[in-house]
Amino acid sequence: MTNHWNDIQFSDCMLVIGGNPAENHPISMKYVTKAKKNGGKLITVDPRFTRTAAVSDIYAPMRSGTDIAFIGGLINYVLENKLYHDEYVRKYTNASFIISEDYDFEDGIFTGYDEDSRSYEKSTWVFERDEEGNIVKDESLSHPRTVYQMMKKHFSRYDVETVCSVTGTPKEDYLKVAETFCGTGAKEKTGTIMYAMGTTQHTVGSQNIRAYGMLQLLLGNVGRAGGGVNALRGECNVQGSTDFGLLFHLMPGYIGAPTQSERHQSLDAYNENETPAAGFWSNKPKFLASYLKAQYGKNATKANDFGYDFFPKGRRNYSHISLFESMYDGEIKGMLIWGQNPMVGGANVRKVRAALQKLDWLVAMDLWETETAAFWKEKAGSNPAEVQTEVFMLPAAGPFEKEGSVTNSGRWMQYRWKAIDPKNDSRSDSWFAHNLAIRLQKLYANDNSEIAKPFKAMDWSFGDSDYPDMDLVNREINGYDLNTGRTVNHFADLKDDGTTSSGNWIYAGFYPDAAPGEEKNYAKRRDDKDTGMENYLNWSYAWPANRRILYNRASADLNGKPWSSDKEGIWYDKAAETWTGYDVPDFGVATSPSDPGWENPFIMLPDGKGGLFAAGMAEGPFPEHYEPYESPVPNAFSSVQLNPAVKIWGGDMNQKGEAADFPIVATTYRLTEHWQSGSMTRNLEWPSEIMPHMFVELSEELAKEKGIKEKDKVVISSARGEIEAFAMVTKRFKPYSVRGQKVHHVGMPWHYGYEGIATGSIANYLTPHIGDANTMIPEYKAFLCDVRRA
Amino acid sequence: MIEVTRRQFLKLSGATAATLAVIELGFDPKKAQAASKELKIAESKVTPTICPYCSVGCGILVHVKNDDVVYTEGDPDHPINRSTLCSKGNSVRQLFTSDRRVKKPMYRAPGSNTWEEKDWDWTLDRIAEKIKETRDKTFVTHDDGMPVNRTEAIANLGGAALENEECYLIVKLMRSLGLTNIEHQARI
Ligand code: SF4
Repeated sequence: MTNHWNDIQFSDCMLVIGGNPAENHPISMKYVTKAKKNGGKLITVDPRFTRTAAVSDIYAPMRSGTDIAFIGGLINYVLENKLYHDEYVRKYTNASFIISEDYDFEDGIFTGYDEDSRSYEKSTWVFERDEEGNIVKDESLSHPRTVYQMMKKHFSRYDVETVCSVTGTPKEDYLKVAETFCGTGAKEKTGTIMYAMGTTQHTVGSQNIRAYGMLQLLLGNVGRAGGGVNALRGECNVQGSTDFGLLFHLMPGYIGAPTQSERHQSLDAYNENETPAAGFWSNKPKFLASYLKAQYGKNATKANDFGYDFFPKGRRNYSHISLFESMYDGEIKGMLIWGQNPMVGGANVRKVRAALQKLDWLVAMDLWETETAAFWKEKAGSNPAEVQTEVFMLPAAGPFEKEGSVTNSGRWMQYRWKAIDPKNDSRSDSWFAHNLAIRLQKLYANDNSEIAKPFKAMDWSFGDSDYPDMDLVNREINGYDLNTGRTVNHFADLKDDGTTSSGNWIYAGFYPDAAPGEEKNYAKRRDDKDTGMENYLNWSYAWPANRRILYNRASADLNGKPWSSDKEGIWYDKAAETWTGYDVPDFGVATSPSDPGWENPFIMLPDGKGGLFAAGMAEGPFPEHYEPYESPVPNAFSSVQLNPAVKIWGGDMNQKGEAADFPIVATTYRLTEHWQSGSMTRNLEWPSEIMPHMFVELSEELAKEKGIKEKDKVVISSARGEIEAFAMVTKRFKPYSVRGQKVHHVGMPWHYGYEGIATGSIANYLTPHIGDANTMIPEYKAFLCDVRRA
Repeated sequence: MIEVTRRQFLKLSGATAATLAVIELGFDPKKAQAASKELKIAESKVTPTICPYCSVGCGILVHVKNDDVVYTEGDPDHPINRSTLCSKGNSVRQLFTSDRRVKKPMYRAPGSNTWEEKDWDWTLDRIAEKIKETRDKTFVTHDDGMPVNRTEAIANLGGAALENEECYLIVKLMRSLGLTNIEHQARI
């Protein structure tokens, strides 16, 4: 989230798309309801009439996988009707930048495409520069190659008729959404976009979000109370675990993990190639050096590039789908799993099971016996005698049987104290990591080989107790001055000369200015007094720097005054010559009107302007609609059917379904009572009792066509397999009219499996191994299937 | 340990705190309500936690008495949820009281069709040996003349309920071992 939960109450219009907070984030609805009481409008756009839709002012059905068409149409509506926030767009975004003459777009393809590698060479996705290297601009926005004009041209193809024929949205509903949400372009108003996995789990997931971001920039809704682009994250610490780099391509704090390439062959090369000249990331070498100091301690010296060579360098994409593909191919021999359950939550589960069967060993730590820990059993569809994997199932301590912090969707880092000792013989994950590290250190103690070196270089100083000392861990994460031992106050204190250490620079400051032995963990703060605009600055800690709304410079106008009096964020105090307000400024507090950065709220970007045109994405500088991998219709916007930059997996068990055999669009979703792969709820009595069975939800029309009645057992089939479920016939799905064709849509929860109290078929037997071009998140939310009576 | 304010204790005697007890005692609600205060949460130790399910991050108070979790409820002082919880957050007591939890480290030998109970010492040693064996067999120090110090033969998958400190420790250990196959629930 750019904003946070309490902040939703200040919104004039909440557009929920690809999310369903009433069921999946129920308590967030307190703030949605508050906003509605104050006159705010709630809009839900979803393939299904969800419970959020039921309390919305406007509901617009949209076929799954057509967000870019839907939002592209809104962008067009804003531009055609001049509803954008004029000053904001001119000054805070790159609308006035002139795009290079070499850039072009034709029939679904941008310049620089290479069909063989299915990727783009992006050198034409740039701006024109003058002799001094400055970007050429036209603030009147009339030059035909300004971002504004090029964007207008690109999205002029997204007229209401075409859009509605693709999304299947009735035109009246679409226009109601357009009028209401785009009305927040008025400068005193704000609107928020609330999304979740319905947005991201597509082959165009990242561009879906980018389209939301562009719309919000045009309407002047970013950096302001009641605005923002807000990911409703699904798990208590999915935010924190992303921040801490438990992903192949990242180090903690979103520093890119080094790869085997010339660009990264040494620390100098890495810094030179990965550090932009301006913007906040120009400090990257300081964050990286401090991280390497945390990783390798005394073994990180200036002479050895702070141990940069010890750090593993990958040579390809190792993301979830690739990982299971290479496990299936026999490259991965052993795996450790800490509270994940890919036998239910991974895409293409039949392939996941086949991959697991090839492992030599598997360690699964969880509170329960998960479907993954039990993959070798008969009930999983395996023959135990044939599975040669050694499996370790470790009892994990529950959330209040240990201590540590979790970071919520609004980036609040909140502490959980230990209430009771771990149940049975269970241990916390940190205990296991700590004890495993120590055993491995012992095993390698007398090994002086080259192989042992990088591991032995690791600094592991978390006390002498059986459990790691959490306070020491937290001090290391925050970072400290290696000369004085005092913790740093801010990431600005970090240095690239080896005199500071910080395990995760974006968290630097949650444990500020503490001498060794002095406790000062701000994640533990519990002052619930409202410090203004419900930002609760003294409750817990929000990264970065306790800031509650990102890019909050944009909450004020060109004179440094709030755009509207009821949505004040920060403002410039002329007399004191400083920025002040209800939030921690996301901007140099001393930046004065005469400073060149005065009009640059987007400090993470080199030019400080919101990127309406940006080269960061794999498939183009503007979002473009492509159909899902499995789609019932041809693409209406170009002859390019599928996102041209996604990787297509061939080989075993990767069948693709065609509309002739599988004519129905399917999507998956979550229920209030269950959580994720279900291990944390299907093992509890109450949630199991209220939501006991796997079902598929289908429209009355489809049920009639197929002769299916409520509660009938039905078979849902896709190109990857078949599952059984109970039929739930509702009015919440309706057949879509898509490009003149009738298209049925079904949905089903993905929580069920064969372990626990409430059991049922695994929905992900049906989903394909195909991912987004940027993130490789699987396309769970739009695939083709058929349904019949069992 | 966190200090619980007087305000919180006052709020704890509210109606929600007694609802469960009423069901369990099953007689005159008024008496039950009064009794519940005595039996259930009087003298219980109260510890704040954060809901382990979705990312709203609601506050929950955990009441512990005689080495048992006797009651859980929404934290009245938490600025986001102010006592309210959804059906998942309301069920967290069962995470502790459940008899379905894994009790001991369990081991399944190749080709076997059952789990065997093991102790932690044996388990830790065996896992450490497995990791070292696989790592040493597959470790690449240089590729194309460049130091790469990696093994592509071990994978690590994290869950989204891991705490920040746990994430930090796990990733520190796995990167030091040279893993490139590090992934997480966040991807999918
Ligand atoms: S109580 Fe419900 S809404 Fe609150 S954090 Fe837990 S799961 Fe989310």
